[in-house]
Amino acid sequence: MPAHFDALIAAGETIEPRDWMPDGYRRMLLRQIAQHAHSEIIGMQPEGAWLTRAPSLHRKSVLIAKVQDEAGHGLYLYSSAETLGVDRAELLDALHRGQQRFAATFNHPALTWADTGAIAWLTDGAAVINQAPLCRTSYGPYARAMRRVCQEEAFHVRQGYDLMRALCEGTPEQKRMAQDAVDRWWLPAVALMFGPPDTEAGGADARTAALGAAVSRRAIAWGIKRHTNDELRARFVDSVVPQAERLGLTLPDPAIRWNEERGHYDFTPVDWETYRDALGDDTHWARQRIAHRRAAHEDGAWVREASAAYAAREDADGRTEEPA
Amino acid sequence: MVLSHRLGEWAGHAPVLEEEVALANIALDLLGQARVLLSSAGDEDELAYLREERAFTNLQLVEQPNGDFAHTIARQLYFSTYQHLLYERLAAGEGEFAGLAAKAVKEVAYHRDHAEQWTLRLGDGTDVSHARMRAACEALWRFTGEMFEPVPGLDVDTDALRTAWRESVDTVLRRATLTLPEGPDSGGWAAGAGRQGLHTESFGRMLAEMQHLHRSHPGASW
Repeated sequence: MPAHFDALIAAGETIEPRDWMPDGYRRMLLRQIAQHAHSEIIGMQPEGAWLTRAPSLHRKSVLIAKVQDEAGHGLYLYSSAETLGVDRAELLDALHRGQQRFAATFNHPALTWADTGAIAWLTDGAAVINQAPLCRTSYGPYARAMRRVCQEEAFHVRQGYDLMRALCEGTPEQKRMAQDAVDRWWLPAVALMFGPPDTEAGGADARTAALGAAVSRRAIAWGIKRHTNDELRARFVDSVVPQAERLGLTLPDPAIRWNEERGHYDFTPVDWETYRDALGDDTHWARQRIAHRRAAHEDGAWVREASAAYAAREDADGRTEEPA
Repeated sequence: MVLSHRLGEWAGHAPVLEEEVALANIALDLLGQARVLLSSAGDEDELAYLREERAFTNLQLVEQPNGDFAHTIARQLYFSTYQHLLYERLAAGEGEFAGLAAKAVKEVAYHRDHAEQWTLRLGDGTDVSHARMRAACEALWRFTGEMFEPVPGLDVDTDALRTAWRESVDTVLRRATLTLPEGPDSGGWAAGAGRQGLHTESFGRMLAEMQHLHRSHPGASW
């Protein structure tokens, strides 16, 4: 069976739920898909908090649609994780107990309206670059979920850019609001959305880099990932610099410069010392996000119990739904 | 617009993920309908963000705080049943709102179904959910009479509307092992008060949150 698995991977075919797969492959996928699903759910918080304060009805409807999409993405991804033999309730439980993680970027607070634009443009922009290759990832259910997620996500990035453009073309106060948001969301996007470095050039010490590289190699060999974290990070910087220039915004990194020789932008290597704490789950905001999520879950327990009791009675009675 | 705002407050708080999607979906539909209506009367943002409490003529029912999930569902049941019956009638007529109603009636039918399904689950679920649903239906009952006050310019037989509404809500509540609340269906305020710009206290706070950013940047476009 391992030979069959290897042959499928080598032929670029997808692995499906009933196929044999190495335990490590299953674990790596489960961790990645669950973390991804959790990120969608936690990611609703910083933006959801601005729904009631959106400054125009147009922006408000765009933001509601976005938050709705994120909940939908969480649902696709939990379904895809369930094909690996876990239950959604277990995954949510692991999130609530801090045993599984979510994108640490969302541990940052959304302080102004411009943050909703910066999150969509930069954070979702980073997510799209990260996730686009996952549309061809080796595990079929994950790849299919990602194709749906990426389409909508790319749309959110454009909306985020459009929101920032409106601010940049607006009053001096609006422009300042936009610049301030970019100053605060740039590094979290560059550092945290792509994960730890896999080369020393990425700004890590030799040991961290070796560890990162080993994980990347394994994921690439299994066809889960297609590119290393640092490759994707560089691709992100290359795509965002010209967009920032068009908006007239400064990215908070004086080292950003086009490197003719490499055909990429140079940028300051991420100082992973700074982010080691942010990557941990013990920051104030990480605890806050989880506490909020747990409260929603616990407050809703009686609703889920009611729904289960009703469904059980329906089954027992063999009643069918009468049309309304 | 006001109910859409209230539903937007649920984002990230819903009891199950499916409800995050459903409540946001309903909020989005209602906001879309509000935008069409407001735009036909003037500039939608000016009307939404620059009027004060006394100039809003929404029903008091829709401005009521979300409360627990049962309160939100009871509010949805009362309002979406009313809205669906009203829009069916408006869509069938030739009045000013026939076009809007014809378009919105499909959305509203879905909202009504959603509210009815949850009323059944909560009413006929556990003892706890039954008690909560009953309390919610009773607490919001006094805001329902206002829906059937005649509205100038709206050519609808409000008595017939009230009868149809009571029948429908009564049927759903019975199936949910609940009963139609007794007692007056209008509270401290005279029926029709919301339409005259007389609101309940939480409404001002809701507007303060909704309008503060827009008002902080006079003349800005977003």
